[in-house]
Amino acid sequence: MTSDSKREWRKNTLDPQVHRFPERQDRFKSESGIDQDVLYSADDLEAAGWDYMKDLGFPGEYPYTRGVQANMYRGRVWTMRQYSGYATAEESNRRYKYLLEQGQTGLSIAFDLPTQIGYDSDHPMARGEVGKVGVPISSLRDMDVLLDGIPLDKVSTSMTINATASVLLCFYIAVARRRGIPPASLNGTLQNDILKEYIARGTHIYPPRPSMRLVVDVFKYCAAEVPRWNTISISGYHMREAGATATQELAFTFANAIAYLQAAVDAGLEVDDVAGRISFFFVAHNDLFEEVAKYRAARRMWAKIVRHRFGAKNPRSWMLRFHTQTAGVTLTAQQPDNNLIRTTIQALAAVLGGTQSLHVNSRDEALALPSEEAVQLSLRTQQILAHESGVSDVVDPLGGSYYVETLTSQLEEEASKYIETIDDMGDAVSAIESGYQVREINQAAYLHQQEVEQGQKVVVGINQYTGETPPIEHLLSVDPQSTEKQVRALQQVRRERDNSSVQASLSRLREVASGEECTVPAILECVESYCTLGEICDVLRDVFGEHKDLVAF
Amino acid sequence: MQQTTDRIRVVVAKPGLDGHDRGAKVVARALRDAGMEVIYTGIRQTPEMIVETAFQEDADVIGLSILSGAHLEVFPEILRLMREKEMSDVLVIAGGIIPEVDRDPLLEQGLSAIFGPGTSTQDIVEFIRKESRTRDLP
Repeated sequence: MTSDSKREWRKNTLDPQVHRFPERQDRFKSESGIDQDVLYSADDLEAAGWDYMKDLGFPGEYPYTRGVQANMYRGRVWTMRQYSGYATAEESNRRYKYLLEQGQTGLSIAFDLPTQIGYDSDHPMARGEVGKVGVPISSLRDMDVLLDGIPLDKVSTSMTINATASVLLCFYIAVARRRGIPPASLNGTLQNDILKEYIARGTHIYPPRPSMRLVVDVFKYCAAEVPRWNTISISGYHMREAGATATQELAFTFANAIAYLQAAVDAGLEVDDVAGRISFFFVAHNDLFEEVAKYRAARRMWAKIVRHRFGAKNPRSWMLRFHTQTAGVTLTAQQPDNNLIRTTIQALAAVLGGTQSLHVNSRDEALALPSEEAVQLSLRTQQILAHESGVSDVVDPLGGSYYVETLTSQLEEEASKYIETIDDMGDAVSAIESGYQVREINQAAYLHQQEVEQGQKVVVGINQYTGETPPIEHLLSVDPQSTEKQVRALQQVRRERDNSSVQASLSRLREVASGEECTVPAILECVESYCTLGEICDVLRDVFGEHKDLVAF
Repeated sequence: MQQTTDRIRVVVAKPGLDGHDRGAKVVARALRDAGMEVIYTGIRQTPEMIVETAFQEDADVIGLSILSGAHLEVFPEILRLMREKEMSDVLVIAGGIIPEVDRDPLLEQGLSAIFGPGTSTQDIVEFIRKESRTRDLP
């Protein structure tokens, strides 16, 4: 028998089959809870009014669903960028040189928590935290050591830094200037996405509104002085890690993006001067097709938002360029070698989805910071995907799949509804102030945990196929003496600097921060006078106040 | 009020500077759903703040969650402050990213249990029910 449509096929062939042999589950859902039909066909696309030219178009052209470049990885494969930093500037510098030798093509600096929250390494709040999750950078001296021997005019550097983003950018610019490299030739990305810190990641310092001003100050400064720098990397990653679904990841990221772009426009910047320097950062989670669909939906959504909502004219402004990291939350401490398989599938999703750069997590990261050996495997995973699997040779290879196109449209539709809800609240900042995104994410995280505990979601090695495996050896641990070393270096900086120019530049910063002028030049002056990170942030704490978290669970 | 006073009181706290609070919040909610009274402190708590909260709230249990790697410095300080305040009847449990080699030293210093990634919240509930002293009715 040959059926003429999906509906007929369901009646003629599928239903009798399922009647005889019941399916494994009553309902099949994606990782994010979207119902999955047994099969997708041309009938589904037709029913949804799908149109190739309107919904996809061609790569390198609006709405960029298929990719931002015409030939994607045939020109150059994605940037392999493993996030790293720990112990001290010296130790991290050694790791960066190692990664570059191993074929990594860009740097990605992880800062320790005191640096991210604006405390010097010897501050009481920094106790136990110095050099633990990243490198401590308290002054220009530390940044100089961190970047020793790194060709700043050739390597692009991504810095995961938010509340203190402008200070760290100034450290970077100051090091370059001392080496005779003009800021205009620097390439890199500042995460600078403070809004998601209130929602998920938690390294905010000041309240949301003055923080938005600091973000826009970076936009202003870079538009004039560091034009090749990506001034923000608007991140869904951490919200997803905190429990958000793929739909929420898209929606909350774009709601934040809309708030930043609006703030820039309100501050008098041209949308086309800002939008082209905006980049994004998404997770690559377990559900292969949903993730690919998510990246494709993201490109289409952003192109429409920038072009139609903000009226941008330059095609570069419409393009969504993004970094991807595999999902930390999917790593298991049990049977840790399984993580290699998970991250490979996730990395594949990122590449099939057209990412511009990629970090692959290491198998030991549910236990500790990754060891050098584990990081090398992560890099090799990327290299095998790029050069052996064939996936980098054809643009958007899943484009046209009935299933992936349906999912892409569904994700766009669901995420757009969420954005409307946030629009109705005012904007992302107002929604944050009312705790909206946090509540939504808490709810999704709890639901996920229950599904795992009740066995509706299988996690291999956790709730099925359990069994002991030998522990991973050679985990990285940070030498406690590295903190002492760092603190001694910091105290030497304080002793040897010219304290009158320190005081003068800090008072100048206070004056600028209290007014409306761009804060970045004043911060650069502080940095070049060897003011420490903590001193600079203390001035801003004084002027702006500190954020009080809403505590809810 | 009589009915609430015999419930196990748990302070769930995030010591250190890391903002990864998914685990802490999921556990807090699971404990509450299991009938316990839960106070969640929020992130960036110093040892002093945590011990003070537990003291003021008359907690039976302190649940610590940390993923930043500062546990070897932060946990012993919490235990020391608790001894100072003679809070020896308070059960202290922890979760997060705590490498195997650090576990025994922490357990020897007075931590009652460490629940790593992949733990079922039901195991935590059962552990608390078994180990914490349900308080006498007034």
